[in-house]
Amino acid sequence: MIQASIRKQLHGANGDFQLDVSLEIAEGEFVALFGPSGVGKTTLLRCIAGLEHPEQGCLVVHGESWLQTASRVNITPQQRRVGYMFQDYALFPNMTVRGNLEFALRKGADKKRVEELLELMELGELQHRKTEALSGGQKQRVALARALASEPRLLLLDEPLSALDTTIRARLQDEILQLQKHFGLTAIIVSHDVGEVYKLAQRVMVMEAGHIVQQGAPTDVFSTGQTSGKFRFTGEILAIEPMDVMFSLTVLVGNQIVRVVAMPEEAASFYPGDKVMLISKAFNPMVIKLD
Amino acid sequence: MTPDWQPLLLTFKLASVTTLILLCIGVPFAWWLANTRIRLKPAVEALVSMPLVLPPSVLGFYLLLAFSPEHWFGQWLDRVAGLRLAFSFQGLVVASIIFSFPFLVHPIQAAFQNLPRSLTDAAKVLGKSNWQILMRVLLPNIKPALLSGTVLAFAHTVGEFGVVLMIGGNLPNQTRVASIAIYDEVESLNYAAANFYAGVLFVLSFLILLVVYVVNRRAPK
Repeated sequence: MIQASIRKQLHGANGDFQLDVSLEIAEGEFVALFGPSGVGKTTLLRCIAGLEHPEQGCLVVHGESWLQTASRVNITPQQRRVGYMFQDYALFPNMTVRGNLEFALRKGADKKRVEELLELMELGELQHRKTEALSGGQKQRVALARALASEPRLLLLDEPLSALDTTIRARLQDEILQLQKHFGLTAIIVSHDVGEVYKLAQRVMVMEAGHIVQQGAPTDVFSTGQTSGKFRFTGEILAIEPMDVMFSLTVLVGNQIVRVVAMPEEAASFYPGDKVMLISKAFNPMVIKLD
Repeated sequence: MTPDWQPLLLTFKLASVTTLILLCIGVPFAWWLANTRIRLKPAVEALVSMPLVLPPSVLGFYLLLAFSPEHWFGQWLDRVAGLRLAFSFQGLVVASIIFSFPFLVHPIQAAFQNLPRSLTDAAKVLGKSNWQILMRVLLPNIKPALLSGTVLAFAHTVGEFGVVLMIGGNLPNQTRVASIAIYDEVESLNYAAANFYAGVLFVLSFLILLVVYVVNRRAPK
């Protein structure tokens, strides 16, 4: 069980604001911090790891007090035993894949753990390579393996998959989930990807400007009200071109470019770069199974 | 003419001792400077860089004053440690350390600052002490800068003239380093001897720098 309440002044791009969060996480639970960038998600994670110091706060993890600003308790990151996955992976370039994992072992830890992780993450063939030469997906797996090699009691993941393409992403999400279950870890992931949160987290906390504004199971938080048959996508206008009497809008939705037709009077109010919502109703989409 | 190797040997002895001591204090100092957030940091950085812009004779002049037995600092050194730094080899070492300090500190400080912060953070989270982080994560990843800093400091000490002249004078075996010897030989119109010292310094300096560039080019990025 993790109980945290953290307060810290932050200097964001749109002025200063206060990170002020209280949360409770059950043992073995997988929780997501969700929200746009610059709302304090990463700072919260860093405060939990001890890499940043809140002005006020307390943090109790599995019955151990890590931080009590009132009584000046603040144990170092070294003593906290968290597994932290950094956004840039932070692999040590001077070491091989195996070297990175061995460096992470605690004093007196069994070296077998390295073998176990190399095998679990299918890194056996890469173990003697320097980390610089690895692809993004491989680096991510090494980073995860390294975080687990230190036998953490708490796994913190800071947007670990944001730099990867969708296929690799999906596979790594499965792996993270498996490993989290395998080692029975409590985990917190920072993410701004709805799909990722759905897949990984049992509970999501939505953050805005330093506060948790909503929390619950991902299905409850993300489906606003009743699920409807309407299709609704947000996208960005890339181009507006005249087409006979109408206009054609080229819109980027996710990674797809779609073309929609607009009336001249509508088109006049749009500019390339505008964020728009595409809504379609009264039709039944075809559903085709992939793979 | 039988060449007198003494000034050359003295020069390399001075440069080696200086560089060794510099490494011991300069590397931790560069690390501190790269990470500190104290307000006085610009002042400290300016002070470290002073030898880059000051005429060596200015530095030599003040050091000579400070080291002289007339000055309280010189008296204090003599009383406490029995050190007389003016016109002695030890004095040259102290002066060279101060004078070559920025040449060692600058590249290493820049390299520390260029390393991603997350490397240190990651090592901390993995339970490593500051010492372990420095030795096993930070230093191995700034090897090219360590090499450049060391060599620059060494080469600069080999080449210094003004400071040595001011506080060392021209005592054979004590303070008569190669650069002084060249000046001295030219003064007495002994061009062959001057040419010998100058040629050796010229070739050695080129070779040292060549090694640095070759090694740093091979170092994996």
